Amino acid sequence: MHFGPHLLLAALEGLVTSAVLALTALGLSLVFGVMRVVNVAHGEFFMLGAVLAWAISTAISGHPALGFLAALVIAPLIVGAIALVAERLVLRRLNYNPEATIVATIGMLYIIQQLALSFYGPEARPVEPPFSYRILLPWFGYSGYKLSIIAASALLLIATWLVLTRTRIGLIMRATQYDSETAQAFGIPVDRVYGGVFALGAMLAAIAAVLIVPISQAHYLMGQDPLLLSFIVVIIGGLGSLRGTVVAAVLIGLSDGIISMFFSPTLAKIIATLLVAMVLVFRPQGLFGTASR
Amino acid sequence: MTPLLATKGLSRNFGGLRAVDSVDFTLMPGEIRAVIGPNGAGKTTFVSMVSGRIQPSSGAIVFDGTDITSLPAYVRVRQGIAYTFQITSIYANLSVYANVALPVQLTLRHGPSKSAIQAAVMTALERTGLADRAHMPAGQLSYGHQRLLEVAMGLALKPRLLILDEPTQGLADSEIDNFIVLVRDIASSATVLLIEHNMPVVMQLADRITVFNAGKILAEGTPEAIRENAAVQEAYLGTAP
Amino acid sequence: MSEASPAKAYALHLGVIALLFVLSFMLPDYYHGLLARIMVLAVFAMGYNMLFGYVGLFSLGHAMFFGAGLYGAGLAIIQLGWSVPLALLGGIACGAVLALAIGLLALRTTGVAFMIVTMMFAQVFYLLILYFAAWTGGDQGQVVPQPARVLNLGATSLDLTNPTVRYMSALVLFALVLLVTLAVVRSRYGRVLVAIRENEERTKMLGYDTFSNKLIAVVASGTICAASGAAYAVLFGYVGSSFASVQYSILPLLWVLLGGAATTLGPLIGTVFMYYVIDVTSGYTSAYLLIVGIALILLVLFFPKGILGSIRQRWLGWLP
Repeated sequence: MHFGPHLLLAALEGLVTSAVLALTALGLSLVFGVMRVVNVAHGEFFMLGAVLAWAISTAISGHPALGFLAALVIAPLIVGAIALVAERLVLRRLNYNPEATIVATIGMLYIIQQLALSFYGPEARPVEPPFSYRILLPWFGYSGYKLSIIAASALLLIATWLVLTRTRIGLIMRATQYDSETAQAFGIPVDRVYGGVFALGAMLAAIAAVLIVPISQAHYLMGQDPLLLSFIVVIIGGLGSLRGTVVAAVLIGLSDGIISMFFSPTLAKIIATLLVAMVLVFRPQGLFGTASR
Repeated sequence: MTPLLATKGLSRNFGGLRAVDSVDFTLMPGEIRAVIGPNGAGKTTFVSMVSGRIQPSSGAIVFDGTDITSLPAYVRVRQGIAYTFQITSIYANLSVYANVALPVQLTLRHGPSKSAIQAAVMTALERTGLADRAHMPAGQLSYGHQRLLEVAMGLALKPRLLILDEPTQGLADSEIDNFIVLVRDIASSATVLLIEHNMPVVMQLADRITVFNAGKILAEGTPEAIRENAAVQEAYLGTAP
Repeated sequence: MSEASPAKAYALHLGVIALLFVLSFMLPDYYHGLLARIMVLAVFAMGYNMLFGYVGLFSLGHAMFFGAGLYGAGLAIIQLGWSVPLALLGGIACGAVLALAIGLLALRTTGVAFMIVTMMFAQVFYLLILYFAAWTGGDQGQVVPQPARVLNLGATSLDLTNPTVRYMSALVLFALVLLVTLAVVRSRYGRVLVAIRENEERTKMLGYDTFSNKLIAVVASGTICAASGAAYAVLFGYVGSSFASVQYSILPLLWVLLGGAATTLGPLIGTVFMYYVIDVTSGYTSAYLLIVGIALILLVLFFPKGILGSIRQRWLGWLP
C-alpha cells in the first residue's frame, strides 16, 4: 500500500478513536464543569457500559442488530441509574467538596472494577457488530460499522450541544455551572441538576463504550485508558469547554493513531502524559481555553 | 523628612477597567491617614498593591526610600508593611494564642525563646483586649473579637506601616469606640493607613484624608478641609452614611 | 494545643517504639514478618502525612517517591553492585531530587490541579519503569540477590534476610522517622506548615514565604517516602513496577485517612488496621481492592478525621 492510502487508513482509525473519546471526555467535562467534581470512576462507567452491552446482546437472540440496539438503549440507562444512586448516596453527602469527592470516586473505581471482576470475570469478550457491511474504497475495504460510529458520535455531540445551548435544561445547567448559589436562589433545583448531570456524564461514557465494544472487546480493566485519555482531552481542551473538548478529542484521537505508528505505545503514553502535566502546570486554562479570572 | 510610603503613577487594570489610575500618593511617618471614597473607587485595589497582594500594571511603590514594586508580599511584610484583611481572615481552627504566635515568631527570628514569644503574644493580646480569650479557638470568637484578632496579628508583626482595610465594618457602636482608642494607641508606634466607610470614625482618627474616586485621587487634606471640599461633597456625600 | 505537654507526647511515642520492640520477641513468625513490613510501609504513610496532613497538599502521586527509593536502592545493588549503605543513600537521594523537581513544577498549581498533576507525573514515572524494562525488570520486577543483602558494620556484618535483623532494622527506621516527625511538628516550622494548610493567603501576609516552605515540605515528604522504598528493597529483596503504580499512591492516602491525618501516630495505626482488615477478610474474598474502595468511601463520608483524629477531638486534645 502506498503512503497516501496508508495515511487515510490511519486517519480513519484515528477518527473512530476520536469519536468515542469525544463522547467519553464530554461526560467527564460536563461533570467537572457543572459540579466541579473530578470523577475518577468515569472510566469504570465506560467499562460497565461495555460489559452490560455484552450481557444484554448475549441475552437477546436473533439478529445481532437487535441485541446491539437493545444494549445501546438499556446499558446507558442502567449505568446512568447506578451513577445517580452513587451521586445521591455519596457525592451529595460530601457537599461536592472537590477533594473528598476525588477520594470517594477512587473508592467507586475500585468497587466497580472488583465487582465486574467477580461477576463478569477476567476474560475479554466480544460483542457482534449490528451489521458487517464493508465499504469498498479504491485501495482497501473499510468497515461500514466503524464509519457509523463516527456518524453516531457526531450526531450525539450535536444533540448535546443543542440541548446545552437551545433548551431550558441547558440554560438551567449553564446557570448552575456559572453560579450554583445564585441559581439556587432563583429556584433552580441545583441538587437535582447535579444528580442529572452526574448520571448524564456516566451515560455518555456508557454510550461510547457500547459503540466501541463491537470492535474492541469487553474487559473489566478496559476503563483505565479511556479515563487517562479523557483527562488528557479535558485538560488540553480547557476544563468545562464543550468545543475545546471536541477539538482536543479529534486532535488526540488522530495523533494517537499516528504517533503509535512511529513510537512504542508506552513511549507515546509517556510523552502524552508528560505534555499534559506540563499544560496543567504552565497553562491551566488549556490550550484552547481563554484565561478566566 | 522622607516619606514612609510613596507611589508614583501606580495603576492597575482589570480587563478593560482601570481600577486604579496613575495614583501619586505620599504618606509621612507617624501619620494616621484615612482613605475614603465610594464603593469601587479603587481603595482596596490600591492598598492591595501597596501590600503586595496584587501586582500593579504600571507605576512604582517606594517604602522608606527603597523601591519595593517588584518585591513579593512576604518580603514587604518583613520590611514592616502589615495588612489586615477586609474580610476577616484568621486561622479559625487554631487558638487565639496560636494565631498571634505565628507573626510573633517571625519578628523574633534571632534568638527567640519560648518566654519571649509568650511575652510578645500576650502584649499584642492585651493591647487588643483579647488576653482572657487566648486559649479559645479563634473561630469561636464573636465577629467583633475576630476583627480585633486581625489587628492583633498585624500588631504582632511590629509593623512600621499598618494597613487597616475597613476595620470597623460590622462592629457595634460600643466596639467602635474602643477601636478608636486602640488605633490611637497603635499610632504611637506605627504609621496607620486606614480604609474606612464610617465617617465619624474617619473624622475622629485621621490626621489627613485622601479621597478616591473612579481610581484617582480626588482630594487630599485635613478632615476640616475635606469636609469643606465641594468636589468631595458632590462625588461622595451622596453615598456617605 | 500540644504546647502544654511535650513530656507526655515524647513518653507516648517512646512507649510505642518500646512496645514494637517487645512485640518482636512475642509475635509468631507470620505476624512478626508482617509487622516488619507494616513498619516500613508506615514510614511511607508518615511521609505522605507530612504533606497531606500538616500542609494540606493533596498528592495522588506519592508512589513515585516510594518507587524512586525502591528502584534507586534496588537497581544500585542489582545493576551497579553497590553495598547496602551506599544503595540506601542512593535511593533516598533519588527520592529527594525527584521531589525537588516535582515540587518546583507541581506547586505552581493548587487543589484539584495539584492532585491531577502529581498523579500524571507518577504515571510517567511508572511508564518509564515499564519502558526501560531491560534495566528495571519491567512489570515482572527483580529480586535483590540474597548475598548482597548484608550490612557490613566494621568487623560485624548483619544479614538483612534474617527475620530478627530485618524486624529491628525496620524498627530503627520507623523510630527515627517517627521521632523526627514529632520534632518537626512541634517546631516553629511545623506551626508554619499548619498555618499554610489552614489559610495560605493569611500566612503569606504574615511575612512567610509559603512557596519555599511548601517546597521544603514536598522534599522532606518525598525523602521520607524514598527512605521507606529504599528500605523495602533492601529488607524484602524485591523491586517491582506495581509499587510505583497508582494503587501505591492511593494506599498511603488510605492509611493516613484511616489512622488520622495530621496525627503523628495515625499513619502507623492506619497501616496496621488496614492490614488487619485485609487479613481478616481474605478468608471471604480475594478482591482486596473492593475493601480498599469501600473503606475509602466510608472514611470520607463518616469518619473524615480518622481513628486518632477522632480520639484527639473527643478525649486527648494534647495528642500531637
